[in-house]
Amino acid sequence: MKTEDHDFDRDQELVVDGPTSFPVDRRDFVKLTATGLLVLFAIDPAGASQETARLPAGRQGYPTDVNAYLHVGTDGRVTCFVGKIEQGQGTMTSLPQLLAEDLDVPLASVDIVMGDTDLCPWDMGTFGSLSMRQFGPVLRQAAADARATLLQLAAERLQAPVERLTVKAGVVSDTADPKKTVTYGQLTEGKRIERKLEGKAPLKPVKAFTVVGTSARRRDGGDKVTGKAKYAGDIVPPGGALHARILRPPAHGATLGQVDTSAAEKVPGVKVVRDGDLIAVLHEHRDEADKALALVKADWTRHDPPFDDHTMFDHFLKTAGPATTAAEGGSLVEGEKIVTEVVEGTYYDSYVAHAPIEPHSAVAAVENGKVTVWVGTQTPFSVKNQLMQALRLPAEKVRVITPYVGGGFGGKSASRQAIEAARLAVLTGKPVRVIFSREEEFFYDTFRPASLIRIRAGVNASKAIALWDYKVYCAGERGAAHFYNIPNHRTAWTGGWSGNSGSLHPFAVGPWRAPGASSNAFGRESHIDVLAAKAGVDPVEFRLKNLTDPRMIRVVNAAVKKFGWTPKPAPSGRGVGVALGIDAGTYVALIVQVAVDKGTGKVQVKRVVCAQEMGVVVNPEGVLQQIEGCITMGLGYTLSEEVHFKGGEVLERNFGTYELPRFSWLPTIEAVVVDAPEIPAQGGGEPPIVPLGAAVANAIFDAVGARLDRMPMTPERVKAALKR
Amino acid sequence: MRAVSFTLNGKPTRLTVDETRPLLWVLRDDLGLTGTKFGCGEAVCGACTVIVNNEAVRSCATRIGDVEGKQVLTIEGLAKGDRLHPIQEAFVEHLAYQCGYCTPGMIMGAYAMLLKHPKATRADIVKELDSHLCRCGAHVRILEAVETAATAMKGSVR
Repeated sequence: MKTEDHDFDRDQELVVDGPTSFPVDRRDFVKLTATGLLVLFAIDPAGASQETARLPAGRQGYPTDVNAYLHVGTDGRVTCFVGKIEQGQGTMTSLPQLLAEDLDVPLASVDIVMGDTDLCPWDMGTFGSLSMRQFGPVLRQAAADARATLLQLAAERLQAPVERLTVKAGVVSDTADPKKTVTYGQLTEGKRIERKLEGKAPLKPVKAFTVVGTSARRRDGGDKVTGKAKYAGDIVPPGGALHARILRPPAHGATLGQVDTSAAEKVPGVKVVRDGDLIAVLHEHRDEADKALALVKADWTRHDPPFDDHTMFDHFLKTAGPATTAAEGGSLVEGEKIVTEVVEGTYYDSYVAHAPIEPHSAVAAVENGKVTVWVGTQTPFSVKNQLMQALRLPAEKVRVITPYVGGGFGGKSASRQAIEAARLAVLTGKPVRVIFSREEEFFYDTFRPASLIRIRAGVNASKAIALWDYKVYCAGERGAAHFYNIPNHRTAWTGGWSGNSGSLHPFAVGPWRAPGASSNAFGRESHIDVLAAKAGVDPVEFRLKNLTDPRMIRVVNAAVKKFGWTPKPAPSGRGVGVALGIDAGTYVALIVQVAVDKGTGKVQVKRVVCAQEMGVVVNPEGVLQQIEGCITMGLGYTLSEEVHFKGGEVLERNFGTYELPRFSWLPTIEAVVVDAPEIPAQGGGEPPIVPLGAAVANAIFDAVGARLDRMPMTPERVKAALKR
Repeated sequence: MRAVSFTLNGKPTRLTVDETRPLLWVLRDDLGLTGTKFGCGEAVCGACTVIVNNEAVRSCATRIGDVEGKQVLTIEGLAKGDRLHPIQEAFVEHLAYQCGYCTPGMIMGAYAMLLKHPKATRADIVKELDSHLCRCGAHVRILEAVETAATAMKGSVR
């Protein structure tokens, strides 16, 4: 096997091909579904095309072909085969809830098979809070179609018209003669019925829901509290696997010169593999492989880009290229004439790591020429595609299985470790395990990009915003457009949140929980507060005065009520702040209270109220979990998390210098979910994280009168702002 | 290489190993106990926490030779058959996990703490678990779960 110029960094840019690039090997699947009712269904193409606008260039949206299967077995069990993965967000529980609801079967009789490329049809990946909001409606429709088909069969069997039939817990009965019953399982006995989704069957009305809207107990609990839950690095294929540690460059862009592996080769039990630039030491034990890797001597020539985390913003301004207009209206020239003053602001954000506690891990095994890779990934089908390219294998010779994923947050869309494990397994003929060290995890992470935002805005004589000229560098379009009622406005962006075209960033950047949206909210919502303070108006009152969207007004009012907000222009000395956001179809208003230590510059967030409207709520407890998770995780990008680098060298090596939120940081978190059953389920895993940075910046200003224009808001930056 | 004898989850265990090897990788690679997780390799995240003689230790920074003659308890040894330990029960009940990767270490850390302070207050729990990292942000529920477990056990942790 030859390496060619396999550009791993390009793989990190979420190379996703459509479903036609490889057929699903359906042999195993057909065995599983030899009898019973099978409904093949696809994501609504209209929904898919709406989504495409948010995807970076080169990535396709959902296919219009079949991309999930629903099976009703003769034993009455219902199985959904779906390419989505479980990374902690709870979809392994909430997707079956939807199925149970529209099929009228007990939740316990629904199984879900996720993220296995041999069993599940093609899926784009698990990100963008799409599982519930895009996949959910189609899943419900498939369930409703299956139910309609089963009712037809029951009508024949029971000799009763469909209208007279009713279903409870998978048992169909005749309302005119309740003794006449038949189960779903009995109806499919000895048959194999295959249906493509027609989408004609009516969905159950929200008011009739009995499963959706309940806090069904998560299915992964027992496994996760006993250590039984298997993550990719825990998989032991027959015969065991060798740990591989791979020689890494000291900096991105460095090229390899002379390598001396002789000392490593002398270590008992160590195997050294070299294939082009892939140099690995393998041993049965991880720690022995670690020691052997330390014995490899390599000369590297660095090709560092000429900037670091101190000079990067100048670099962005020079390099980012022409901007694209995302939204505009009225005339900026007219706006400038009307406003009482043009208020300018620049807001900065830093590179942020995903830092899942499970490092990128994969185990690869080759059997009869077929490569199977267990990998913790958010994009199993993209990984399969990359494996086919890297190993030059046809689709039927590659299988990707996704066990539990130990946190992704966007960072496990890139899965270079899977390719490396598979290449090494092919080269050695033995199963191979690759588990990134924490240093590798930081080095190869596709960071949330550092960014800057420039805003020129102003209010008219009646304190209504009349000008909004917004330009964002390097955070992309998501969440950039404002939602206020502003007659003269423009939103422009250059440099997306993914990829690394040209030389904008020294390393790859990629999706990070609500990509770019937190950076954009920090700029927008900070500047709205600057305008409010200049106008001498309370920040909540100022927002409500400039909002017309009823969904947003509702969440603002809900947050105000829960918090007990009393209006006062900032800075009031109380340390309270508000910020709003729309993400993944969900509306969020956060109100926070902070304490600022003027001596040390340390900020403690004491209380966070989150009001959220997200359409139909499928699992209320799951929603609260995501709100708490977003707010707790969000404290990191807000207060401490920042990747330092010099040229191509990532200076973060472990959690010692990169501080994640801890128990002692916890604010009181209170959530209000605004009831909106008329709106389909929207995203829940990302939206609440979006406005946190801005809300805290606004609260710091309210507390001490100092405006923080850079995240994270570290003690040093707070002290510097206090001196300005 | 030398023989190391210790008690693992209640069972006498004897291995012939290089005594300087980390307990974490001996548990995972040699003994097949993969419930104990690797997170950082430098004892700063807590994912690899196990109990040695009633104390929480970071198994990535503990040499296998150092457990000679001692009692080692891992997440696999906490439940009694199918009966979950009250801490595990409380984690399930409170949904005190999301991805679940930090969970075994978190539970073992809580176990060691409750052995020492059966009537731990919330402040005690925060202090003891502050060195355990969770990226999903399950912190609120972990605190609630540990409080619930403390109440349920009424001082008898084992």
